[in-house]
Amino acid sequence: MSASKSRSAASLAPEKLASVFAALGDPTRLKLVAVLCAGGAFSIAQLTSGTEISRQAVTKHLQVLADAGVVGDIKRGRERLWQLAPDAIEDARQALELIGQEWERRLDRLKTFAENMP
Amino acid sequence: MNQASSTDRIERSILINAPAERVWRALSNAQEFGTWFGCRLEGQQFAPGQRARGPITIAGYEHIVFDALIERVEPPKLLSYRWHPYAVDPAVDYSKEEATTVTFTLQSTDSNATLLTVVESGFDKVPAHRRVEAFHMNSKGWEGQMRNIERYVSQ
Repeated sequence: MSASKSRSAASLAPEKLASVFAALGDPTRLKLVAVLCAGGAFSIAQLTSGTEISRQAVTKHLQVLADAGVVGDIKRGRERLWQLAPDAIEDARQALELIGQEWERRLDRLKTFAENMP
Repeated sequence: MNQASSTDRIERSILINAPAERVWRALSNAQEFGTWFGCRLEGQQFAPGQRARGPITIAGYEHIVFDALIERVEPPKLLSYRWHPYAVDPAVDYSKEEATTVTFTLQSTDSNATLLTVVESGFDKVPAHRRVEAFHMNSKGWEGQMRNIERYVSQ
């Protein structure tokens, strides 16, 4: 229970985390998550194109991932689209933190540059 | 300071031991900007309403292009531009997506140094899936995520 755990991991209860890992512990589902990691919302047709997995099977796998909170679905007209569903705010904060760190590195380089180049 | 807006903006400051005029040149001269930022902008000008483009020169990011629309150039106090914060996939057209605004402000101190502040704002308008993308991009993609999980479970 160290306080240095990352915020996203710390925000998940152990049972919740276990269900996330269980959901990820399947090659097909891991592949789906890897595809969704590219960003954006995907239809079942997009997720099954080029694979031998049936739409039904993919839907079932996505449901397991959704139950664990790994993915979420949105409805666009009659279509159902799937995307990664981490805690939106937490994720945004982490992304901003990383971008902030990038700015810190840039400002450091600017400081070095302005102080050393006449 | 404002928690309510903490997902919309980033603010960072640094004290530079150089006069504001020197810092201003490092910011507003495109070529000098490129030197510390890490992009190739030789021969370009930062002027309001103009676009500045050039490839990133940082190892591992050479496929990415720095692409900014300059908004305000107010020497030696303020420079701002708009850009697409996570525009890292050369195959994606980001032009229709919401941009964020980057604003540099300079403040002279008594000791002839300069307090430089950068604010990047407008993140709340960036689509959620793009934030996720940025997050994964920043942690070097899925492989990085897997290592994160591995680190976490082996604690």
